[in-house]
Amino acid sequence: MGRYLSKKIVVYIITFFLAITINFIIPRMMPGDPIQSLMSRFSIMEGGRAIIEEQLTLLFNLDEPLLTQFFNFIRSIFTGDFGISIMQFPKPVSVIIRDAIIYDILLLLPAIILSYIIGNRLGALSGVNRIADNIMMPVFYFLSSSPYFWMAGVVAFFLGVKLDWLPISGAYGVTMTPGLNWRFIADYLRHWFLPFFSMFLVQLGGWAIGMRNMIIYERSSNYSKYMGALGASDRLIRRYGYRNGILPQVTGLALRIAGLIGGAITVETVFNYPGLGRMMLNSVLNQDYFLLQGIFLAIVSMALVANFVVDIIYMFIDPRVRLSFSGEV
Amino acid sequence: MAAGFWKNHENLYHAITNGKVIFGLTIFIIIILLAIFGPMITPYDYEEYAGAAYMPPSTQHFFGTTIMGKDVFTRTVYGLRSTLLVGFIAGTIATLLGCFIGFLAGYYGGRLFDEFLMMITNIFVVIPQLALLIVISAFLEVRGIAVMAIIVAATSWPWLARAVRAQTLSLRNQEYVNLSRISSLKVSRILREDIASNMFSYVFMAYIQQFNGTMLATVQLEFLGLGPTKGVSLGLVMQNAVNWNGIQLGMWWWAIIPGLILTIMITALYFVNTGLDAAFNPRLREM
Repeated sequence: MGRYLSKKIVVYIITFFLAITINFIIPRMMPGDPIQSLMSRFSIMEGGRAIIEEQLTLLFNLDEPLLTQFFNFIRSIFTGDFGISIMQFPKPVSVIIRDAIIYDILLLLPAIILSYIIGNRLGALSGVNRIADNIMMPVFYFLSSSPYFWMAGVVAFFLGVKLDWLPISGAYGVTMTPGLNWRFIADYLRHWFLPFFSMFLVQLGGWAIGMRNMIIYERSSNYSKYMGALGASDRLIRRYGYRNGILPQVTGLALRIAGLIGGAITVETVFNYPGLGRMMLNSVLNQDYFLLQGIFLAIVSMALVANFVVDIIYMFIDPRVRLSFSGEV
Repeated sequence: MAAGFWKNHENLYHAITNGKVIFGLTIFIIIILLAIFGPMITPYDYEEYAGAAYMPPSTQHFFGTTIMGKDVFTRTVYGLRSTLLVGFIAGTIATLLGCFIGFLAGYYGGRLFDEFLMMITNIFVVIPQLALLIVISAFLEVRGIAVMAIIVAATSWPWLARAVRAQTLSLRNQEYVNLSRISSLKVSRILREDIASNMFSYVFMAYIQQFNGTMLATVQLEFLGLGPTKGVSLGLVMQNAVNWNGIQLGMWWWAIIPGLILTIMITALYFVNTGLDAAFNPRLREM
């Protein structure tokens, strides 16, 4: 089973190290002396000076050789030490990320899965039904052409402001304290729906378009014609076409995850949603480089894990890959 | 004479008589004209306080005014100009880069060089483009249109390289390519004359798609406040609208119209692409 997975894993490991390297290079490319500029900001904070001095020396060690610096940097990452946030001083970056990432996952996962399922169904329908096709396709083109944040604005405006159904800011009401009780969960879901829905809509279009084209392609292929000639029912041919069409869609899933994670950054900004995306933007605006580095690494790791999961799924649904493990093909 | 020309360029004939292409192209051209001539016909400046604040669209202010009384139409057309320019330059660079890498990787398919190129490509496919762009632009204190275009292009080429490589791989083993190879033609010439020329329609459609992609990446970056440091851009107009609670105040002309124009343009290009696909692939033509 080695080749397929091991090749992927090698790429993922290299990607992870590339992300670390980018993190390593960034502050070193900053204009001016990063230590001095951060120090001046910290000296006005109480007790901040000593801590940050230690942090910075640990992180930069500018008088040591570059390679030593790099290995120190990697070591600190693998021990989970991303430094201390400047914005939310003195909270460690790793704690901030841990608190924020759950919002992202709960937003992204349903958006990916539901849009994938529903989009593929609708696409398959419009691939076989001309009337449905003529009505739905322009809509799907429009949906998948929308920038995520614009769709978020549209959804917030119509469902949140005009109809006043759902709240459009934050992840839960200001009077709520997070906890596992029904009141909080209901409130959370009300806040969750609009950001989720805007990402769902944009994704939906892409899946439907892809599936429609696949179905049309499969239906004009020889095996479909042959089955038709044998007298197989239209429904059966469609089902076989769908099964073949779904494979490239899973590959597409891997390609789209990165885009969706990026889109979530802008959607969270619109809804003031406390996930990694908004946090990342805040860290840029406040020049909180430790937090920025940490979040960048967290986002890349999220994309890596998601891709890895897709690879495994692909292995299970594509008989060719599956059989090649047992040496039957 | 004319009939002879169309006989030789059957694909082109099908392309420009396709309903979807005509429809999409018309909208696209209208929006391009808006970006070119809009700033000339508007009487205001984009930073100018042009009139009463909080005004819905009227004959005086086509897209209404912002909460501070700036003219949204003026800001939109100026912003459109900047965003289109960045997207266009970035899309062009990314397409050239993607094709170059894709041709080389495909032609040397299976060798170490190909593996290396594909590894780089796969890495870039996995890393979320927007996150990378945020990190890069956070450290660029001054961002002009050219810098924006370059960083967007640098992160946009991978999927194209992958697609072009796959196409090249399938063309590489054609008889006429082998013939060129045993005639010991230069690789650059084989790539240009045998492979690239046969992929022209494919690359052209990929170019449109790439342009759509770079436009979306650009506008997202601008929306986050990491667009060009000078001037106005489409994303910036919408960022202002969101930051000043334009959505909560129900100012749809400020928060929604600028993005709508961009979305319509990208949709139109999608139509062009679908139409071209049907024109270039006779199998889809009957549909």
